Amino acid sequence: MSLIRIRNLTRHYVMGVETVHALRGVSLDISKGEYIAIMGPSGSGKSTLMNLLGCLDTPNSGSYELNGTNVADMDDNALAEVRNREIGFVFQSFNLLARSDSLHNVELPLIYAGVPYEDRRERARQALANVGLAERMHHKPNELSGGQRQRVAVARALVNDPSIVLADEPTGNLDSRTGEEILSLFEQLSRRGNTIIVVTHEEDVAQHARRIIRIRDGLIAADEVNPNPRAARLVGAAERVPAPA
Amino acid sequence: MSLLLEFKEAVLIAWAALRANKLRSALTTLGIVIGIVTVTLMGSAIAGLNTAFKKSISGIGADVLYVQRFGWFMGEAEWRASRNRRPLTLQHGRDIERLSEFAQAVSVESNGQGTVEFERRKAKGVWIAGNNEQSLEVRGLALTAGRWLSGSDVQSGRAVCVIGAYLAERFFPFGGAIGSKVKINEVPYEVVGILEKQGSFFDGSNMDNQIVIPITRFTDNFTRWPDLVLAVKVRDPAQIDDAKEEVNGIMRKVRRLAPDQDNDFAINQQDALVAFFNRVGGTIALVGLFITSLSLFVGGIGIMNIMFVSVAERTKEIGIRKAIGAKRRTILVQFLVEAATITLLAGLVGLMIAWPLTLVINEFLAATMPWWLVGVALVVSVMTGIVSGFIPAWRAARMDPVDALRAE
Repeated sequence: MSLIRIRNLTRHYVMGVETVHALRGVSLDISKGEYIAIMGPSGSGKSTLMNLLGCLDTPNSGSYELNGTNVADMDDNALAEVRNREIGFVFQSFNLLARSDSLHNVELPLIYAGVPYEDRRERARQALANVGLAERMHHKPNELSGGQRQRVAVARALVNDPSIVLADEPTGNLDSRTGEEILSLFEQLSRRGNTIIVVTHEEDVAQHARRIIRIRDGLIAADEVNPNPRAARLVGAAERVPAPA
Repeated sequence: MSLLLEFKEAVLIAWAALRANKLRSALTTLGIVIGIVTVTLMGSAIAGLNTAFKKSISGIGADVLYVQRFGWFMGEAEWRASRNRRPLTLQHGRDIERLSEFAQAVSVESNGQGTVEFERRKAKGVWIAGNNEQSLEVRGLALTAGRWLSGSDVQSGRAVCVIGAYLAERFFPFGGAIGSKVKINEVPYEVVGILEKQGSFFDGSNMDNQIVIPITRFTDNFTRWPDLVLAVKVRDPAQIDDAKEEVNGIMRKVRRLAPDQDNDFAINQQDALVAFFNRVGGTIALVGLFITSLSLFVGGIGIMNIMFVSVAERTKEIGIRKAIGAKRRTILVQFLVEAATITLLAGLVGLMIAWPLTLVINEFLAATMPWWLVGVALVVSVMTGIVSGFIPAWRAARMDPVDALRAE
């Protein structure tokens, strides 16, 4: 059974008198454990697809089954719960809470999930340790480097053990070395069985995935298996990202 | 998802947000602080007035009927119609005493002002009370020394007096009052007793600045047409209505009123005073609280304004929280708690300012800050925060996560 089953998904926006068709009928199946890159130039509809995949938005028509439940017709609150349980977001600009330390940032999804204090502290600590930030738990985002911030974001995305990790240009704000660091982290996560979807417009980044979906003008232009996924080149960063426990 | 967990998180966020914008928070709270101070002060003034009134009204006695020429609360027309009523006399008092079944004691009273002297000390504007031998019981007074007026004192109009605690203190700071002779309006009276301290009436008059003489003496020496009050203490307070009926009948009989004639006297009761006070006091309280709460309202608008700003500048944060799984309710609670925290702090500061002010005001005018008022002030503060924070919080809660995330 597919983890994600999308059929004829459309989404349009009304802007003044004009209607913009961002997605014109996309069908897609994604299985558990896949590492997928969604590519496309800006305006292609890939951000819209990502918002729909991430349950941040609802389609105008079509169906979207996530883990067997149809989420296309869910209301705001139900979607919030799905996001909390099923999806871990990694954003281009990290999107950490500036006033909170790493630990609290990672804890946040667990707070919304209603996990009691001791349990969630422990899980947040573990998640930070898994991305190699055991020493940075009480640092605020502005006390961390870009790569470290993104790793906090990855820890936050993983802490509630979601079905999919959804990354939107995760390396866009990082230099190439730290970018490789994050991609290496994704590879490790993928090897551990996490489902990863990376939305990007960089061919380089996409080449790390094992399947590449290309979007153009609101439709899937290509959906191909990447026969030789590129391994992240770690320059002196390998020792900083410990092997997952 | 547990609401308590969300609430705790919301309190932490609110605290962090307040600390991040210290000056702004302080300025915002100022409006609420002023509002809470004025409302609380108004409340303490009203509470003080109530307490003072209740204390002094207890001296009037719930079980006493006051037979007088005029009613306590009369309109202009009534005044004109009753101007020529015949005065009440000492005989009327004796008649009630003789004929009434319900009466336990009848005090015949009249009041005036005069000058009291002892040796070289002199007090002007002293309350001179003409009483009879039963007045002590009816008026609910007590003595600290000596005795009350006796029946024969009253009958023969003997020149004796009982002095109030304040006068005793002033004239006889070292004791020795009993047996001394004080002059009231130049006429010497022998002091036979000293009254217990009573405090002041709610209008501020000092009830200890009084001197009591036999009513017969009073009518002879002070005024030719004294306005007598016949105060009838009823044996059983539960029967006060029956007693009123009876006294009414006795008075009509002894004043020889024909059945078709209206009463040419009035029977007053503490009830009427309480009712009047409640009506007047209630109106004052309502108007006062309305006016002062306007300042709270203005403060509330300030809160609403700043919450709109807070929501706007944290749009991104709202987006992040929503993406991570915050529901509408979570965001709503977060901002409501933030607004309520601001106003609660303001309420606390307001109370810290209002409390010493109440003590100062109490020097001039009765004012107290009871615990319930503190509670009410804090509840009102929190409610103001919740009410004025609601629209901004609702706007935040309804934000579209995609749009919110896109904000910078």
